[in-house]
Amino acid sequence: MQPWVPGSLGCARSSIPAQTTGAETDGVAPLPDAVRARVHDHPCYSEGAHHHYARMHLAVAPACNIQCHYCNRKFDCSNESRPGVVSELLTPEQAAHKAMAVAARIPQLTVIGIAGPGDPLANPERTFDTLRLVRARAPDMKLCVSTNGLALPGLVDDLVRCGVDHVTITINCVDPEIGAMIYPWIFWQNRRVKGRRAAEILIEQQQKGLEALVAHGVLVKVNSVLIPGVNDCHLSQVSRVVKAKGAFLHNLLPLIAEPSHGTFFGLMGQRPPTAEELSAAQDACGADMRLMRHCRQCRADAIGLLGDDRGSGLRLADLAEGEVDDRAAMEARQAARAAIERSRAAARPAAEVLVPLAAVGRRSERADAVLMAVASRDGTCVDQHFGQASELLVYEVSARRAVRVGTLQVEPYCSGADACGGGDAALRATVAVLAGCAVLLCAQIGYEPWRRLEAAGIQPNGEHADEPIDATLRAVYRELAEAGRLKPVRSTPDRLTA
Amino acid sequence: MAFRILAGCTGCWACAPLCPSGAIRAATPHFLIDAQRCSECDGDYADPQCASICPIEGVIVDSAGVALNPPGSLTGIPPARWAAVRAEIQAR
Ligand code: SF4
Ligand code: SF4
Repeated sequence: MQPWVPGSLGCARSSIPAQTTGAETDGVAPLPDAVRARVHDHPCYSEGAHHHYARMHLAVAPACNIQCHYCNRKFDCSNESRPGVVSELLTPEQAAHKAMAVAARIPQLTVIGIAGPGDPLANPERTFDTLRLVRARAPDMKLCVSTNGLALPGLVDDLVRCGVDHVTITINCVDPEIGAMIYPWIFWQNRRVKGRRAAEILIEQQQKGLEALVAHGVLVKVNSVLIPGVNDCHLSQVSRVVKAKGAFLHNLLPLIAEPSHGTFFGLMGQRPPTAEELSAAQDACGADMRLMRHCRQCRADAIGLLGDDRGSGLRLADLAEGEVDDRAAMEARQAARAAIERSRAAARPAAEVLVPLAAVGRRSERADAVLMAVASRDGTCVDQHFGQASELLVYEVSARRAVRVGTLQVEPYCSGADACGGGDAALRATVAVLAGCAVLLCAQIGYEPWRRLEAAGIQPNGEHADEPIDATLRAVYRELAEAGRLKPVRSTPDRLTA
Repeated sequence: MAFRILAGCTGCWACAPLCPSGAIRAATPHFLIDAQRCSECDGDYADPQCASICPIEGVIVDSAGVALNPPGSLTGIPPARWAAVRAEIQAR
C-alpha cells in the first residue's frame, strides 16, 4: 500500500509508481469490443461521441446520505458531476415529461442520467420512478445513475430491472484512514456515523456495489476527486482495485475548493491540484483515463453537448405543455443517429472512434512532451480572454500529438467588463494551478497577468486568437522546439510542495 | 416534546421520508415539523431520525430551542473560520 503521510502536500514524483502492473502498463490496452460498442455513442465516455451526441441529467434526487469535505450542502455538490446550483427540483412525472420534450427537440440525445443534486440512491423512490417512466416512453435511451455507493448494494437489482446500463460511483479511497480525511459522516442504519468507522462502511459498500454491478453486466465508471496531500498518492491503488473488480473506466476529477463555496476544504485552505499533479496522477492511474479527459464535471441538470450547457435555456416552464409524440421523436432520434454515424465513419477510421489509446504512446516516448493550457469557450478554438476563463483545458503536447490531460476549474480573475483589477486572489490561485505548464494560450491577456505567468515560468501566448486549438498546440510546440525551449513535463521535481 | 425546523433548512428532503410519525411537511421557505405529531422518535429509534441525517447545522432544535447539530458539528468547519472567510468575501 502507498504510505500516506499526514500533512504532506503533494506526492513526491518518485513516490508515484510509474505505471500500474504487468501487461496492462503500456497504457495501450484498448477497451474490449463489447464495452466499446456500448460507449460508442455515449458523450461522457467517448471523446469521439461527445462532439456529436448529447446527454441530459434530471435533477430529481435532492437528499444525500453522506457528507464530503468538498461539498457544501447549502448549495449543490461542486465536485463530482455537479457544480453550480440546480435551480429546479423535479418530480418524477415532471422529469419524465421534460426528458421526453427535450428528447423530441434534440434528436442527438442518447443518454439520460440522474446525478443529483444529492445522491440518486438516497432518493430511491424518486430515482426509480423517474427511470421507469423514461424507460417506458423512450426505450432507446441509455440510462445512467451516479452515486456515492453507500446505498448501492441493496439497489443493484432495481437498477438492473430498470435497464440502467451505466453507473458512476465516486470512490475517493479504499483506505479508511484516508476516507476519514474526506468524509466527516455518513447516515447508516438510522444513525449518523462519524470518523474512521464511517469511511470503513462507505468503502465496504462501494466495493460491494461495484462487484455486484459488474456481476450483472452493468458498465461501471469510477470517479475520484484528486485532493493533493490527501488521496493523490493513493489513487493509483484505487485505480488498481477498481479495475481489478471490473470498472471499465477510472476518471480523475481535480478538486474544486474555493473558499467562497463554503466547503470544508475550501475554507480550510486545501488547494486544488496543479496541471502537473493532475497529469502525474493520471499517469499513475494508467492511460485508459484518456477516454474521459474531455470530462467537464457537468451540473446535475445539464443538458446538451458537453461544454455547451443548454440547461439554463431549457427549463421546464419553457417546454411546451402539450403532448409529445414519443414514437415520432424516437424515429427522429434514430434517423439522427444514423446520420451522425455515417459522418463519423467517413471522417476517420473505425479504430479511432474512441480516443486512440494506441496513439498515446509509452511514457518513454513522451519524454519530450510539455503541458500547455488553453483558455477556450467552445473547446475547439483559442477564443477566450484569460481573465474570463472559468476553466482551462490542459494538454500534453509532443512532437507527435496533443492529448487532453483534463480541465482545471478556475475563478475568472477579471469580473468587470473594463477593469481587470480586484481579482488578485483569483489570479494568484489560477497561476498556482497552472504550475507545470510551459505555455498558456488565450485570445487576450492583460499586462499584470502576463507578468505573473512569466514569473512563474509559464509563457503566455495570445498570438493565436480564434485559431483551432489542435493546430495552435502543434505550431507553438514547434516554435518552442526550434527555440530550444522545450521543458519536459516532469523535469521539475516537486517544487510545488510548499 | 417536539423538535422544530428553523430557517436555513434547504428543503433537501432527507428528513421527511425517515420520520416515523409522518410529522415533517415539505413547506416553503423551509420544511416544518408538526409539533402534535413529533415524538422525538421515542420508541421507534435510538436517535431522532431528522436530526441524524440533516446536513445543515443549527436548523433542527429541540423544545428548549437547543440545536441538535450545533455549528461545526457536521462540517468540521470551526464557526470562527467560516465567519472570517465570509467577512473577507463580503469586503471585496
Ligand atoms: S424527531 Fe423523529 S418524530 Fe420528530 S420530526 Fe424528527 S423524525 Fe419525526
Ligand atoms: S434534512 Fe434538514 S435541511 Fe433537509 S429538509 Fe430536513 S430539516 Fe431541511
